[in-house]
Amino acid sequence: MSSDSKIPWIADEIAPEARGWEEFYRNRWQHDKVVRSTHGVNCTGGCSWGIHVKDGIVTWEMQQVDYPELEAGLPPYEPRGCQRGISYSWYLYSPLRVKYPYMRGALLDLWREARGSYDDPVEAWKSLVSDPVKRKRWQRARGKGGLRRVDWDTVLEMMAAANTSTIKEHGPDRIAGFSPIPAMSMISYASGSRMLQLMGGLGLSFYDWYCDLPPASPEAWGEQTDVNESADWYNAKMLAVTGSNLNMTRTPDCHFAAEARHNGTKMWVFAPDFNQVAKYADEWVAINAGQDGAWWMAVNHVILQEFHHEQRVPYFLDYTKEFTDAPLLVEVKTSADGNKPDQCLRANRLSAYADVENGDWKFLMWDIKDGRPKMPGGSVGHRWGEEKGKWNLKLEDAEDGSPIDPELSFLDQHDEVLQLEFDDFGEGETIRRGVPVRKLQGADGSTISVATIYDVLMAQYGVARGLPGDYPADFNEDKPYTPAWSEKYTGLGRDTLLRFAREWANTAMHTEGKCTIIIGAGINHWYHNNLIYRAGIHALMFCGCVGKNGGGLAHYVGQEKLAPGESWGSIAMAKDWYGPSRLQNAPSWHYVNCDQWRYERSFTDYHTVPPNQPEGSLAQGHTMDVQVKAVRNGWLPFYPQFNRNSLELADQAEADGATTDEEIVQWVVDKLKSREMQFSVEDPDAEENWPRIWYIWRGNALMSSAKGHEFFLKHYLGTHTNAIAEDMAEGSVNEVKWHEIAPEGKMDLIVDLNFRMDTSALYSDIILPAATWYEKDDLNSTDMHSFIHPLQKAVPPCWESKSDWQIFRAIAEKFSELAEKHFPEPVRDVVAVPLAHDTPAEIAQTEMKDWITGEVEAIPGKTMPGLKVVTRDYKNLYKQYCSFGPLARKNGLGAHGTHYAIDDHYDAALKKMPAEKWDGQTYLSLKEDRDVCNIILRFASVTNGELAYRSYKNMEEKVGLPLVHLAEGSRDVEVTFQDLAAQPRRFVNSPMWSGLISKGRAYAPFTYNVEAGVPWRTLTGRQHFYLDHPGYLQFGEHLPTHKPKPMPTEYSDLRFSKEVGNTMMLNYLTPHGKWHIHSTYGDNERMTTLSRGVEPLWLNHKDAVQLEIKDNDWVEVHNDNGVVVTRAVVSARIPRGICIQYHSPERTYSVPKSPLRGNRRAGGHNSLTRTRLKPNLMVGGYGQFTYHFNYWGPTGVNRDTHILVRKCPELIW
Amino acid sequence: MNVRSQISMVFHLDKCIGCHTCSIACKNIWTDRPGTDYMWWNNVETKPGTGYPSLWEDQEKYKGGWESDGKHLNLRATDKKRIIPNIFHNPHMPSMDDYYEPWTYDYQNLFNAPEGPDQPTARPISRVTGEYIDVKSGPNWDDDLSGSPIYAENDPNLEGLTEEQRSQMNAIERLVFFYFPRICNHCVNPACVASCPSGALYKRGEDGIVLIDQKRCRAWRSCVSACPYKKTYYNWHTGKSEKCILCFPRVETGQAPACFHSCVGRIRYLGVLLYDADRIEEIAKMEESELIEGHRSMILDPHDPQVIEAAKKSGIHDAVIDSAQKSPVYKFVKEWKIALPPHIEYRTLPMLFYVPPMSPVMSQQNGESVDNLERGFFHDIESSRVPVKFLANLFGAGHEGKVIYALKKQKAVRWYRRAVTVGDITMETAEAMLREADLTVDEAEELYRLTSLCTFDDRFVIPPAQREEAIEMMESTHEHRQSTGFGFSSGPQRGL
Repeated sequence: MSSDSKIPWIADEIAPEARGWEEFYRNRWQHDKVVRSTHGVNCTGGCSWGIHVKDGIVTWEMQQVDYPELEAGLPPYEPRGCQRGISYSWYLYSPLRVKYPYMRGALLDLWREARGSYDDPVEAWKSLVSDPVKRKRWQRARGKGGLRRVDWDTVLEMMAAANTSTIKEHGPDRIAGFSPIPAMSMISYASGSRMLQLMGGLGLSFYDWYCDLPPASPEAWGEQTDVNESADWYNAKMLAVTGSNLNMTRTPDCHFAAEARHNGTKMWVFAPDFNQVAKYADEWVAINAGQDGAWWMAVNHVILQEFHHEQRVPYFLDYTKEFTDAPLLVEVKTSADGNKPDQCLRANRLSAYADVENGDWKFLMWDIKDGRPKMPGGSVGHRWGEEKGKWNLKLEDAEDGSPIDPELSFLDQHDEVLQLEFDDFGEGETIRRGVPVRKLQGADGSTISVATIYDVLMAQYGVARGLPGDYPADFNEDKPYTPAWSEKYTGLGRDTLLRFAREWANTAMHTEGKCTIIIGAGINHWYHNNLIYRAGIHALMFCGCVGKNGGGLAHYVGQEKLAPGESWGSIAMAKDWYGPSRLQNAPSWHYVNCDQWRYERSFTDYHTVPPNQPEGSLAQGHTMDVQVKAVRNGWLPFYPQFNRNSLELADQAEADGATTDEEIVQWVVDKLKSREMQFSVEDPDAEENWPRIWYIWRGNALMSSAKGHEFFLKHYLGTHTNAIAEDMAEGSVNEVKWHEIAPEGKMDLIVDLNFRMDTSALYSDIILPAATWYEKDDLNSTDMHSFIHPLQKAVPPCWESKSDWQIFRAIAEKFSELAEKHFPEPVRDVVAVPLAHDTPAEIAQTEMKDWITGEVEAIPGKTMPGLKVVTRDYKNLYKQYCSFGPLARKNGLGAHGTHYAIDDHYDAALKKMPAEKWDGQTYLSLKEDRDVCNIILRFASVTNGELAYRSYKNMEEKVGLPLVHLAEGSRDVEVTFQDLAAQPRRFVNSPMWSGLISKGRAYAPFTYNVEAGVPWRTLTGRQHFYLDHPGYLQFGEHLPTHKPKPMPTEYSDLRFSKEVGNTMMLNYLTPHGKWHIHSTYGDNERMTTLSRGVEPLWLNHKDAVQLEIKDNDWVEVHNDNGVVVTRAVVSARIPRGICIQYHSPERTYSVPKSPLRGNRRAGGHNSLTRTRLKPNLMVGGYGQFTYHFNYWGPTGVNRDTHILVRKCPELIW
Repeated sequence: MNVRSQISMVFHLDKCIGCHTCSIACKNIWTDRPGTDYMWWNNVETKPGTGYPSLWEDQEKYKGGWESDGKHLNLRATDKKRIIPNIFHNPHMPSMDDYYEPWTYDYQNLFNAPEGPDQPTARPISRVTGEYIDVKSGPNWDDDLSGSPIYAENDPNLEGLTEEQRSQMNAIERLVFFYFPRICNHCVNPACVASCPSGALYKRGEDGIVLIDQKRCRAWRSCVSACPYKKTYYNWHTGKSEKCILCFPRVETGQAPACFHSCVGRIRYLGVLLYDADRIEEIAKMEESELIEGHRSMILDPHDPQVIEAAKKSGIHDAVIDSAQKSPVYKFVKEWKIALPPHIEYRTLPMLFYVPPMSPVMSQQNGESVDNLERGFFHDIESSRVPVKFLANLFGAGHEGKVIYALKKQKAVRWYRRAVTVGDITMETAEAMLREADLTVDEAEELYRLTSLCTFDDRFVIPPAQREEAIEMMESTHEHRQSTGFGFSSGPQRGL
């Protein structure tokens, strides 16, 4: 140390005696153990955390940083975990923790009184629900305080009694369960789901309901969603980020984008507001809200004009030929009105292929060399035919094996140029553009005019190529879909668009497809989201970006990846004991059951469709009518099924003479045909059709995800509501029975499992204390990365809490106990299910014909829902819950159309894993959470390499191409829970998933299809530009197009709302926020402190001046659906005309009352929304348009909502 | 040459995603106690903005840091000559209004409210008074608040910007913001240490960490005033001030500080710098325009044999010298010169350095539509949304050259990597850009790797603490091992 220092304060301290106090901070840092766990709901982050425990108390969490590295040249996955995740430990011991079971006091008093009168708890429950006064008593009290702590025995008995009574009175399909996004804590999800499916209850979907399912993904790829893991962003050389605020919602992944930029990647960000991710952009594009579709349509116009037509980039053209439907032939339909592109030409329309198996479901290309149409393999007809080995993407004729060199365009050689009609929905005009066609002779002797899909696309996009017709002259002419045309929608100049389109295509050309669109809720939550997405997808397909590392559509909102899906699915859906399961698409369920359909008229009020719809067209009328039709025709599920108890049907059928299951089913069909029995969906307001019991766990079903929350409160709960909307559907619905007065309070009992008092808990009848994510064993996987994580007990469940698996196990046990008396013998349940994706039902309906009118026969599983008699054993339900059942062992496992046997593995596992013995059989035990984890890992292809090998082997037979080499390198992989606790483990290749990830390669979807030649699970087996479903033709969505956004007046959110004082109408946007994952963490002191203590409303500074609103003022935000009172944040980063409230605020903290609604407590963001469903997304039984849970169906859109905002005149608590 | 070693830091702002995970990592471990709840040893600010505590950079208000006329170096407000007479009255001390009144909610109302006519809610409650509170400010109140007439417009760093540049902060097609995470800079010339009447603050000899002795502190709070970064805080519960300790219990055990470990943007780097302590005073008195170069010149080349010899003479352990040679901080600060100290004009000589952020290209309204200004595939710095002058006020003592130099290097690396990975621009063009940015291909490659491909171990090169030697100065390490952890411990008591 220097002795001559002139400034004494820098004489560093080294004297030890002066530093003894430093122990103060060292002591704080000391801890007893670190346990690996993660966060189990809502967030798709899938981050590995070290939970620090000291004195038996969880003190804090820090990220684990021991992820195995990926291939060289990729940044590592460390650390993962964001500001929200690191705040979780606050919940465990906070004053918001649910420590004990609670019950609504009004119900508890009535229950105790009833139990005093009835020995049998089932009788007691029946006495309560059958007394309208008593029932109303606790319904009106919902959400209004008066909760009381109760013991577990009391609540278990009540729930078991309620289940039993409801099943006896109404049937098991009146008992619903909702829990979202299983991948994050899959055992916890499986708990309630398994209990309900064993019982015959129903599981509600979430992905479509959250509006996170992008219907464009099944439309294009026959796939729910399959996306790049975040490390693969780094491989992209152009990133287009749109409707996705990466650092807000993909916080642990965002660095890959930031780091890619330093590796020469260009990043474009599209958003109406200068949002948080715009900070990283090279170019931020200030697009008008919800107009991204117009941008991408014009981008495609430029790509096709310059890179396909002028430059003819070989990579682009070759890719388009091999991997898309573009070379397939489409029929031109000629009528008095004109010529229109119609359905794809079916193979059996030509004499050469007239007799091929499934000829309606096989398609044709024009072979250049032989100069004739040929039939490639790979279509859905090949997938479900008797003949195996032809379901592949080889460019050869599936009959004679001759090679096909597909003609993309008939531009150079054609029989004539026909003027085809196209819809310009923006201007409401029909435009005619010339398309080259060839004439073929049909098997029936007729002349068929055909065009390639490619040529039809060129015409639709407005690329003239010298053809006659109403084509734009150049980019500067304002005709669909030129850069000049796009300006009026996007608000963006054509120069910027041209630069983007050229940079995009150039990058893809140089890198063979390394352009990625990162996309999310900002796009997917609009009514016409499928069209917007599709336009972007086309830019990827035209440039060969799909199925390439660094390329493709990376959709991140509510998406998930339950990687070990086969074994998990068996357990969660109780397929190891019974089948089929009752799985309900939640959008339809809520739209129908909480009567939101009653508050609108015909969907064409706001949804633009082609003019002159034919009689009986799907594209006219009321959404509710399409919904009824969809259920009747087997397109969508609906539970309750019938206006009768599904447990009574078999007995009644037998009383009428039926002797076999087939005859019972036929009896049901006859009763439906004669209308003696009806689908519940036809009269949802009749008391016998109400859902009765609702279990909610791992989710916030009454607030965060409740589109039309105030209608939930009114029609489900029967408590107060702030909605002022009035019925208006009367007279515009035909298929559904109209009740003058809609019922309020359909639900008898609402049960919520929770660790915190959120809005759903506050409004439920029973609140069960759930273990937190640091108090239970579970599994977690995601598509953001390719590892699987455990949740573990860092401490045992605190106070009286239990894991979800143990809670539902306890309910099952009590239920089985009551069943000894009430269901001493097995019961028979007639289960109705929709036509299902990845089954032969994909080729069920070539046309939309309704059996109810006699157009077609009523055939279960073909023209109407499938019907099956399932025998349930309620007395043994608890034992079944705890045992991995016999059907898994016998039938094997599979998912997404894969299959593998497990019997030998099951028997081997019995030698070393815990078992259950009953009724003379031995089963693998599912009693404890950790046992379930291990069974899932043991029997899933991604964690058991030998089973993956088997699954590829089976797939080889279907496809006729070599595949097992993909699994060769990982055959000896067998991952256990203990392994995961030690270090994150990566999945292995599996045919259940479409990405190939050997040797540290980043997961990119559809690389399996592109590299191994396995078809997409679509109608044609190729990626779809063209959607030829008859319903899509009627809706004008067979081609990519642009439809106007619904207008506020027609969308009718503001019919009854009055402007009081200085008020402005704004478009209400609810993107994902920074301080919560949905509602979780929003109420956490860490996050409220770092934000503004409420979820504020962001306003443009000029709009605020006009409204005389200053930053942090309280504002009242309202429309017909309800009201929100919150504070304002004023900023120029928000454009005029929109406002943002990041979702999802709770009503439970810092919410004042609303002067406009009679000084009642204001609501949350979903108080301002209402569900509208897009009807063409309801079609079914046709290729990729075939129902699957969370995969297909209408979505719960919410972003077209408009509100009125004013300064709140008075703050009332 | 008087060689010292210091654990120093680089924050790469281009990668910062503003998530605040760092802030919570710190809060969970260190400032979750009564009296510390308003302390954010690590916070993240949105720039332009007013920060935390509000307007902390306004030294006209707070009088933090040093001032120099070239001959003398004095604390602006709390020089000991001035502090003793003013010890009971310090008008420049931040008050609760400059911080915020911590609050929680009446959560129990949700469980306990009796049945009533309407839904109960949990109202905000002051943690100070226990009464209901109207929340008006917080530690991150202007988060993401670009274009705010209250916050962004009042950022002290807007000084010297043209009217047009200032107005662009309120036009959506031109506005911008970025994030500015802050911890204690563990300065080489710490004003807090100098200001303490009790001598309770010190800089640790072995690693340069600045600490407040929780036994000696007498609550004069001079350090709170003196620190121009407002990174010391008064604990109203214990009556002691506290500040960022750079997680020394973690660092001593070879672990990165919690905020570094948890940084999910992977923006943080930590490593040893060797510097010449004999030059501190000279440098702290330099002209503003010379400060950055002066500060940088104080940092010594750990490979230089003379430096190594002098370091050994100062008692610096071989392992620390070895660590200094591997320090990522050295590369960013000294070799590449792209990491700059914050507000060096405060003259505390911070040992935390920032790589300035790039920003999107400007756009402009053309009639009905908006176009981005075309300035090449990766636009140049002049057309970026962040005015260079603003960055210069933060990181260049107002001088733009250093900031432009740092930004140009980042851009050049991007062009170069584009040429390598895509090839739509030629390597010839890329290499010309590298030359213009003062980079060789090898340097560009290394800069790219440390920016993008860095692993945990690349980012955090932590010198061994040789704790056995430190303990041995007090007692036999052998005996310490046998008894460590035993004994009664209690926190600091008010008034001791």
